[in-house]
Amino acid sequence: MNVANNNLISALSEGEIAEIEAEITHLPDRKSAAIDALKIVQRHRGWISDESLASIAQLLGVANAELDAIATFYNLIYRQPVGDEVILCCDSVSCWIMNGDNICNAVKARLNIDYGETTPDNKYTLLPVTCLGACDHAPVLMVGDTLHSDLTTDKVDEIFK
Amino acid sequence: MTETPLTRNINPEKGPTDLAAYEANGGYQAVRNSIGQADPKSVLETISDANLRGRGGAGFPTGMKWSFVPAPSDTGHRYLVANADEMEPGTFKDRLLMEFDPHQLVEGMILSAYTISADVGYIFIRHEYHTAIQRLREAIQQAEDRNYLGNNIQGSQFSFKLHVHVSAGRYICGEETALLNSLEGKRAIPRAKPPFPQVSGLWGRPTIVNNVETLCNIPHIITNGADWFKSLGIGKDAGTKLYGVSGRVNNPGCWELPIGTTGREIVEQHAGGMMKGYSLRGFLPGGASTDFLIEEHLDLPMDYESIQQAGSRMGTGTMIILDDKTCPVGMVANLEKFFARESCGFCTPCREGLPWVKEILDTIEAGNGQPGDIETLERQAKFIGGLGNTHCAHAPGAIEPLTSGLKYFRDDFEAHIKDQKCRYSQEAVR
Repeated sequence: MNVANNNLISALSEGEIAEIEAEITHLPDRKSAAIDALKIVQRHRGWISDESLASIAQLLGVANAELDAIATFYNLIYRQPVGDEVILCCDSVSCWIMNGDNICNAVKARLNIDYGETTPDNKYTLLPVTCLGACDHAPVLMVGDTLHSDLTTDKVDEIFK
Repeated sequence: MTETPLTRNINPEKGPTDLAAYEANGGYQAVRNSIGQADPKSVLETISDANLRGRGGAGFPTGMKWSFVPAPSDTGHRYLVANADEMEPGTFKDRLLMEFDPHQLVEGMILSAYTISADVGYIFIRHEYHTAIQRLREAIQQAEDRNYLGNNIQGSQFSFKLHVHVSAGRYICGEETALLNSLEGKRAIPRAKPPFPQVSGLWGRPTIVNNVETLCNIPHIITNGADWFKSLGIGKDAGTKLYGVSGRVNNPGCWELPIGTTGREIVEQHAGGMMKGYSLRGFLPGGASTDFLIEEHLDLPMDYESIQQAGSRMGTGTMIILDDKTCPVGMVANLEKFFARESCGFCTPCREGLPWVKEILDTIEAGNGQPGDIETLERQAKFIGGLGNTHCAHAPGAIEPLTSGLKYFRDDFEAHIKDQKCRYSQEAVR
């Protein structure tokens, strides 16, 4: 790739660049790795800053605006800093029927944050999410990579004690 | 004892089926016997004869879908994609197959790729399915080590590379052309059809996208034949189906049953009937984007045609139960909030219409509905859901629970507006 200024790319770690390049090897062109690249950098840094975005865009040879259009389309690419763990609270229909609103509200009250907010200690960010595919154990939510099911407000207290 | 080919290896209490257990129970036998030996054309014929229909929701005949892939005429790539982006609210069946028998999907993909001469495959899976992602990656590695995947599989001329693509969210990725755009690293906006993916799909190359459950059926059909598969179904459709029930039932869950089992048997026997103090008011037969049906429809076979004739769709086959103490207006409002949020925003009726519908429903549910609101909803339903008004099936699907909700639970909508309140006092009941 012919890049006039490599400074931006050097903002990415060698490890990040290597992971992104590995994805590109099974794709027909560099820009097809856009989502993979965003996910890789987010896994290392927690979120996608403007600097990260510009670095990835340069590495893939796409315009910043084009990459930002992609990044902002997907709800699990974070363009703002998030806490150490993201809480994904299901607000879809099966959980709703099983009182899911109460669960999401209990999380909000317990952590004193609303959707889209992060706790002051930077531990948690709360987001609503579409059906997590565990409707036989509704209501459910995820904390980081962990699914919590058959929830009650007591269980919410237990999770976030 | 009914045959349950898809779940015979699955026992969640025991954990996932590993390669040794999978092979011991006949796994990869179809790969060893077919790859390089069977004529792909005859395999396609078997799948067509078996009358396997897509298990992702649309029910399109799989053999016919595959038959639209042109014969290889150049050396470029041809793709097979497993749609593992299970995100239809109320649906929790593919997770079971992937978490507890990942090799079954891998084997199904190898055989399907062989049939359509695909050399590269992707499993497009939602980010939240961490366990399934990990187990699929392990299964792929093991299959590569045994040369079930990779170059010159089992000594044949056939090569197939399989990758897992973990998505970054958004329900619309489950729409097959949006999924392809997402795999290409773009915004997941559905494409106009034609051209269909079979001819011009991933990076403009011939591509087949199939649901996980559909692909898991392939090894069994190849091993046991089309007639065996047809004998599994009760009515006109063939095979088994993973049916599920969520809502206020005693034993919510997911079961593999003969396709065509009645809704009543699924709800009353397998799901253990309604919880004490609740009765069944209605149900969505197969996910959020299927029309409501009511109690009298429980006796219908849950197959594609019967449910369609009743005015709905079998969809994913995972039923969501509306009980008598849950507000139908609130349920429809919840569904439309979801559809409004998940619109990709490309087509105006969907992008602008769905938030409008959601606002009206929220207003009615909050006790501030006005005379004429129901008529506005009906008019909107026509504009948003009308055939050809939008690129893809998101908007028409979004409208299905709205129009059917207005049809079956109209009294509730009217009472909310007349009384200026919701009579289902959720706090009191719950």
